[in-house]
Amino acid sequence: MAALDDTKVKEGVDQETVDAVREMAGTYKHGWETDIEMDYAPKGLTEDIVRLISEKNEEPEWMTEWRLQAYARWLQKEEPDWAMLDYPEVDFQNQYYYARPKSMATKPKSLDEVDPKLLETYAKLGIPLKEQMILAGVEGAEAAPAEGRKVAVDAVFDSVSVGTTFQKELKEAGVIFCSISEAIQNHPELVRKYLGSVVPVSDNFYATLNSAVFSDGSFVYVPPGVRCPMELSTYFRINAENTGQFERTLIIADKGSYVSYLEGCTAPQRDESQLHAAVVEIIVEEDAEVKYSTVQNWYPGNEEGKGGIYNFVTKRADCRGDRAKVMWTQVETGSAVTWKYPSCILRGDDSQGEFYSIAITNNWQQADTGTKMIHLGKNTRSRIVSKGISAGQAQNTYRGLVSMHPKAKNSRNYTQCDSLLIGGKCGAHTVPYIEVKNNSSRVEHEATTSKVDDDQLFYCRQRGMDEEEAVALVVNGFCKDVLQALPMEFAMEAQQLVAISLEGSVG
Amino acid sequence: MALPQAKLDATEARLAVAARPSGAAWADAARDGALARLRAQGLPHRRDEYWKFTNPDTLVQPEAPEAATFDETDAPIFDAVERLKIVFVDGVFDAGASDDLALEGVTIERLSEAAQSDIHWAKELYGVLEERGQDPVARPLAALNTALADDGVLIHVTGKASKPINLIYHHQSPRSDAMLHHVVKLDPGAEVTLLENGPAAARFNAVMEVEVADGAAFHHVRAQGRDHERRTATHLFARLGEESTFKTFTLTANGVLTRNECVVEMKGDDAAAHIAGACVGDGDFHHDDTVFVTHDAVNCESRQVFKKVLRNGARGVFQGKILVKPDAQKTDGYQISQSLLLDGDSEFDAKPELEIYADDVACSHGSTSGAIDEEGLFYLRARGVPKDIATDLLTLAFLAEAVDEIENEDLRAELVNLLEGWLGRRRG
Repeated sequence: MAALDDTKVKEGVDQETVDAVREMAGTYKHGWETDIEMDYAPKGLTEDIVRLISEKNEEPEWMTEWRLQAYARWLQKEEPDWAMLDYPEVDFQNQYYYARPKSMATKPKSLDEVDPKLLETYAKLGIPLKEQMILAGVEGAEAAPAEGRKVAVDAVFDSVSVGTTFQKELKEAGVIFCSISEAIQNHPELVRKYLGSVVPVSDNFYATLNSAVFSDGSFVYVPPGVRCPMELSTYFRINAENTGQFERTLIIADKGSYVSYLEGCTAPQRDESQLHAAVVEIIVEEDAEVKYSTVQNWYPGNEEGKGGIYNFVTKRADCRGDRAKVMWTQVETGSAVTWKYPSCILRGDDSQGEFYSIAITNNWQQADTGTKMIHLGKNTRSRIVSKGISAGQAQNTYRGLVSMHPKAKNSRNYTQCDSLLIGGKCGAHTVPYIEVKNNSSRVEHEATTSKVDDDQLFYCRQRGMDEEEAVALVVNGFCKDVLQALPMEFAMEAQQLVAISLEGSVG
Repeated sequence: MALPQAKLDATEARLAVAARPSGAAWADAARDGALARLRAQGLPHRRDEYWKFTNPDTLVQPEAPEAATFDETDAPIFDAVERLKIVFVDGVFDAGASDDLALEGVTIERLSEAAQSDIHWAKELYGVLEERGQDPVARPLAALNTALADDGVLIHVTGKASKPINLIYHHQSPRSDAMLHHVVKLDPGAEVTLLENGPAAARFNAVMEVEVADGAAFHHVRAQGRDHERRTATHLFARLGEESTFKTFTLTANGVLTRNECVVEMKGDDAAAHIAGACVGDGDFHHDDTVFVTHDAVNCESRQVFKKVLRNGARGVFQGKILVKPDAQKTDGYQISQSLLLDGDSEFDAKPELEIYADDVACSHGSTSGAIDEEGLFYLRARGVPKDIATDLLTLAFLAEAVDEIENEDLRAELVNLLEGWLGRRRG
């Protein structure tokens, strides 16, 4: 952590914040490797590889066709270069597109049959794959009533899903939670109906690539009126070298249902950069609600900027029905390069989208992340709270779009972006796009430093604080907005984030 | 990267209808340099990111689209202000209508004449600030102007100008395609106020390069007329020295298409730049403010204040950026863009950007869009103010923050009058 230790921090920046950033982005704790025998598909990407992946997953013909179409489209596409990211060209032919632990050649019927080495891997990461081990290693969890804090986990190791817990209990509630490869076999009607309906095959370069080669991921279907009895989570682990991970997640919340979904990810420490291109599609029907929380902690590269994951992710939620609600919460601390814009299409009237993000970059990390809020329906509401912290030589960009279509009458958006620079060699950037096509909607984009809530100020001042103290207190509620949106399972990360304040932010 | 063929073709087609003026060696070199820049960039295309919200086709096409000439029934703007008038008709200097170009503390020349003399101070600035402003974003219409403009004024301010200089642009021919290039150089401690008004031409491409030396102050107030079909692309490039001041305000009412770019480079410590604009758009109206402020010195202050009132399908665009370079510590950057949409057909697009590489700075940016404040309207109506007058009052109040950026009280009063008149007449 030499880079940060030498840094002269400007006056006014909270020392606790600097320490917390140092701690979080400092030594990577998940950089170890699991020594396990793997089956690889040959390096490179061709039509044959696409067929091979499809074959390995024992997919029906329509799925193979779908992938091949995506592959053909991908060949026509150019890699986007508009983000404020600078990285060496990715050689898409120098990657493995499929890697599976040998022991997974025949699918284990239950977790008891899974290779102990794999289970160990997840245990070491603190991910409970045995149903009695709930929330291992998460501080503060003991206090929570055991009954209410169950989490079902789908664990993805390189290209395959290792296992999914609590399937029986979920089944009783009518919830389908399994790997997407199983869903393609067991629930083809649902997959066919929804796959690619939110993120079309040719949406963008990386999504198209993912459509062609995704190997596994999670599938969730919550039937009408069902409140999912526990939190669902997927843990992605990249282990194999030179292997790209392309997972695909599809979540369908049918009318009046509710589900909270967590995603975590880590990878070993290597000098070579690795590719990760995921697609997450969420369909939210009438009166349904989905919470999607991510703690992204891919290997960020070392202090010289060597290695690390290139993280190109397309995440999108479609609020199809009236009063549908979706909430994205992300804590981005990992990856050498992040290109990620979880978005909301607010199609149904009175639907709601929320995006809470904390992005912390250090050393040579680069993050270009944000959201899109597309307001199509009447009385739709969206809220964006984004906090970016850069240290070392890192570059952190918020990029977002708020679009109010002519028919989105009486809609509202509120956006708040803050950035903090620790040291004078990093950068913080904000690139918001705002498009308003009707006058009954209100759009506000603000930086906190310029606007502090009057009521809160008044409250503080009434209690004897002087104005400066009061402003500091209110502004320093920095991460609280995002933390409140984070589920208990991320308590460990949350504890670290609490120490971060935005005092001395630049705008 | 090679340019798309469509861009190359459009650029060559545009250049084919105009001849590069020729003059002294320095002027030729500056124009040739600009031509080379232009050919490397290509003229703007609607798929360009920088033209995402504004279609540049009519600014780029070889011939100017027809625009009905403006029947000037309004009282001339700035009439109440004691000033030196310089008049251009369809982009051609009108000596008869202009005042004698003599003013204490200032020398004024025409570009067409100065470009013939072998030694001239403008050599250090003509096309130079424009070229500096091309990085990191290309501004091909400005390069086109440097290459092809054969007239404009060169103003050298050596002391405190005794009165404002007013550039007045008349429009008489329905297909006129005017191009003017002005250069203003302020010596250390010098001060001048420059006024601009008038529809200018069916299509008008104007570039102004302003060098503000240490301790100098440049004030600029511009009124872009109303009720006509003109298309305008303007570029204002400024470089600021230590403790200098640069203030520009633009009022725009109507015009089919207006793109005002302002590119400010803060080179000296403790300088201040205020860039403001107010626009009132009705119907077939498209107005784009594109601002790029670069902080490259310590302890500078910049403000961008833009307000737009839009109705009947009018469209307002704001693209603003504050770039803070690594050593520009203690920067104070402020940027606000707001729109008031008076009906459901109008549109506002904004891209308020920050790019910050220094840690000890404060930059805030805000952008809002919405309808007129119903509570305010109710308050006024409850007190017997008719709805349309109440709407106008609230509109003026909304625009006030931008108009208040004009320092000179007389000029401010002049513009408020003008605005009231325009709003009043719209009521009929």
